[in-house]
Amino acid sequence: MTTDTAVEPASPGSDGSKVLQRDRVVIRFAGDSGDGMQLTGDRFTSETAAFGNDLSTLPNFPAEIRAPAGTLPGVSSFQLHFANYDILTPGDRPDVLVAMNPAALKANIADLPQGGVLIVNTDEFTKRNLAKVGYETNPLEDGSLTEKYQVHAIPMATLTRTALEETGLSKKDAERAKNMFALGLLSWMFHRPSESTERFLREKFAKKPEIAEANILAFRAGHNYGETTEAFAVTYEVAPAKLAPGTYRQITGNTALAYGIVAAGRVTGLPVFLGSYPITPASDILHELSKHKNFGVTTVQAEDEIAGVGAALGAAFGGALGVTTTSGPGISLKSETIGLAVALELPLLVIDVQRGGPSTGLPTKTEQADLLQAMFGRNGEAPLPIIAPASPGDCFDAAIEAATIAVKYRTPVILLSDGSLANGSEPWKVPDVESLPSVDPGFATEPNAPDGSGEFWPYLRDEQTLARPWAVPGTPGLEHRIGGLEKADGRGSISYDPDNHDKMVRLRAAKIANIPVPDVVVDDPDGDAELLVVGWGSTYGPIGAGCRRVRALGHSIAQVHLRNLNPLPANLGEVLSRYKRVLVPEMNLGQLALLLRGRYLVDAHSYTKVAGLPFKAEELQNLFLDHLSGVRA
Amino acid sequence: MTAIDLGLPRLGGLDGVPTTDEKQTAKDFTSDQEVRWCPGCGDYAILAAVRQFMPSLGVKRENTVFVSGIGCSSRFPYYMNTYGMHSIHGRAPAIATGLAVSRPDLSVWVVTGDGDALSIGGNHLIHALRRNVNLKILLFNNRIYGLTKGQYSPTSEQGKITKSTPYGSVDYPFNPVSLALGAEATFVGRALDSDRASLTAVLKAAAEHRGTALVEIFQDCPIFNDGSFDLLRKPDTKDQRLISVTHGEPIRFGPPLDDGKGAYAVVREGFGLGIAKADEVDEADIVVHDQTDHNLAFALSRLSDQDLNHTVVGIFRSVERPTYDDAVRAQVEQAKKDKPADLQALLNGQDTWTVVG
Repeated sequence: MTTDTAVEPASPGSDGSKVLQRDRVVIRFAGDSGDGMQLTGDRFTSETAAFGNDLSTLPNFPAEIRAPAGTLPGVSSFQLHFANYDILTPGDRPDVLVAMNPAALKANIADLPQGGVLIVNTDEFTKRNLAKVGYETNPLEDGSLTEKYQVHAIPMATLTRTALEETGLSKKDAERAKNMFALGLLSWMFHRPSESTERFLREKFAKKPEIAEANILAFRAGHNYGETTEAFAVTYEVAPAKLAPGTYRQITGNTALAYGIVAAGRVTGLPVFLGSYPITPASDILHELSKHKNFGVTTVQAEDEIAGVGAALGAAFGGALGVTTTSGPGISLKSETIGLAVALELPLLVIDVQRGGPSTGLPTKTEQADLLQAMFGRNGEAPLPIIAPASPGDCFDAAIEAATIAVKYRTPVILLSDGSLANGSEPWKVPDVESLPSVDPGFATEPNAPDGSGEFWPYLRDEQTLARPWAVPGTPGLEHRIGGLEKADGRGSISYDPDNHDKMVRLRAAKIANIPVPDVVVDDPDGDAELLVVGWGSTYGPIGAGCRRVRALGHSIAQVHLRNLNPLPANLGEVLSRYKRVLVPEMNLGQLALLLRGRYLVDAHSYTKVAGLPFKAEELQNLFLDHLSGVRA
Repeated sequence: MTAIDLGLPRLGGLDGVPTTDEKQTAKDFTSDQEVRWCPGCGDYAILAAVRQFMPSLGVKRENTVFVSGIGCSSRFPYYMNTYGMHSIHGRAPAIATGLAVSRPDLSVWVVTGDGDALSIGGNHLIHALRRNVNLKILLFNNRIYGLTKGQYSPTSEQGKITKSTPYGSVDYPFNPVSLALGAEATFVGRALDSDRASLTAVLKAAAEHRGTALVEIFQDCPIFNDGSFDLLRKPDTKDQRLISVTHGEPIRFGPPLDDGKGAYAVVREGFGLGIAKADEVDEADIVVHDQTDHNLAFALSRLSDQDLNHTVVGIFRSVERPTYDDAVRAQVEQAKKDKPADLQALLNGQDTWTVVG
């Protein structure tokens, strides 16, 4: 079990087992895609959140809905890191691995450190299943596991079936509840509250009360198994974390984005219109928003990605808060319409939940490789603001910020989330709705021609923001035509004039470049660091955790995290110039580093990895130590 | 999945759009932009017809929007003194869908061409038709790419020699009316650019139809496809070929007989339709046009091929079906009634815990 500080002496539990205190624990549930591991992980997370630990999760599942049962490609896992202090990542390696079948064991065992707890469902360790994943002998019997790990071999399916004998369910149906057996066992082992899970199961299976009861029985059976069999000599307690006062809930990035969009409608006073097309991992935003029509949210599942963004832009022309959500190749398909939105200068919120690429790539894995596409991926000079949330909860604030900029500056804004933020979760301090800002969309209502002609000039800009007026259809006297052809500055009629085009290109660029964004805050507690680590988006957690570890070893290191990628914060150049060495870790091949080098002539060192998984704290710790020694040299 | 009866009221195409008692003229709908189509282009005739027709709808000009894609026809919105958007190639139906769904108080028109609607934008067109969004789509079909200077289009005849097909086009063309009917369109009409009276009649019926109305307008491109529809225009050929249909009336065409109706008639032939001399068949065998009969509409669309033999104009199909945009709005309104928009409750969710300082 991982410990950051000295272990408290063991105290006896109510059932006579020893109770050990731990600062933090990482658990990984792994099984077949059909074993319900994501649900199991979600429930453990909810119990943990309710208990008051800080937590961070990493769901990891295949793109196939049901890969052939029992095979390596079909393995689905859910990792949860929880602690009695504020943590930043879902953890590098599990302390406890739950493996529901041989494939799950094979795919995950290498990550379990020596001495770790391994809980295995033995019922699936048949000759056939072992052969499927290339085990020549049963690892549960050949001693290869017991010498390295604390192994608990449990026939979970059999025990579940026995516990459900009275229910009259078929063998197959009964055994399907074995994930709840595992959850019950782990809940006992870590002293998790179980009321919320029982309530959840009753609600989830409200229409099939017999299934709800079966799952609850299995859950209790797992709990009782731990308590009564004496197979487990110890249980563990992780005390609640000392978080800032407030009301908390657990939230994923996708849910936070959806809520942020609903809230952005409230903030701007505009009806939300989402045009979207199903794509992993962005679809959950569409699903979530589709539930909230009572907030005046309209969702259109369009015929394709292009129509999704097109409909959103059409709605924006009509005065709605137009939003589109996508991932992977979907953002490529939307590029032309985003370019049109740049030319039309209409508000549009484009959410890109980045995933592994190119092309279809790795649909369920995370990556940060759309930054340059967001920056430059349109024909012509087509600048737009880019915002990247740093954590699942931050997705809420980022959505509101992006929508606010879109409305205020009449521009499309790209929000870059990613797969790990989308599905990962953390405790979120629920904002007080009363504290949300209010943004006036400032629709045009009167003719504005400076010559007093009584005409409406759709491209006469606000002197300060350079934003053009937003006159929605239905406003008398402001009838006007906009389009993708270059428009004359001010009057807005079609213009092929060379000087006008040059002026318009520069005006559009200046409008975006001059959007005020908050200065970056440098985290440099010692004040004498020579190495500055610069990150963006979801790497905030791992980079922060790496920095903490390095500082704990007595070194100085500074961290800057960018939420605004375009325009970049005004003080960034000065900050970069203060440090002897600048290091940019990214889950791509150096896209932010390229931007920083080009923009600031800074000798930014790039560290890159595109494995479809977040950075690990230990990996970054070692990286930082290498660079620190380089600085000293 | 459970099917739910949406129980929507029957509405006209312009219900919900504010009206005006002020007298409007074609001039009111004319913008200050100089019209820049080639001399002799059929688009001029269509523009003039639309400008003259719009005042008759009696809706406020500021509540009228024209959305177009890319191509010669797509310059249309610039010339109308209404709200307008000249968008990108093929995407006008998608953009207009978003606008129509979010703004029931607008009369939304899409102007598109054969390349824009049927090639690059084919997907958006069929899905707008299937959903039955309250949009009026004017498809200017000149059977050529004009703006890009003369390549064959998805409605060009096979074998057509163009800049991109010097050996003749090998593409088999779409029949836009058949396509629209196959895509579940609730209103499909066709007219010739030069026939102001029948074009206006079809446009008016389209405007009053609640749902997607597709109007195919045969239009001449004098530069790259001159005389493409001459067979339907010239007195010596049009009588044999142009069939104008009216709901509830027997389908007769050609030079009038003693009864004042055309010498030719459309009759049933197997599963389809054929042409006969009107005085050689029983009157009972002559097809009476029924714009609610899907099979008849399709059969009528199959009478003409690229050779423009027996080309039907008028309203092929006009039926009522709940529109997508009405249904979407109804769900939102119902949800608003059923559940308060309590944002704090939404953010809190079911499981919160409190940390005390």
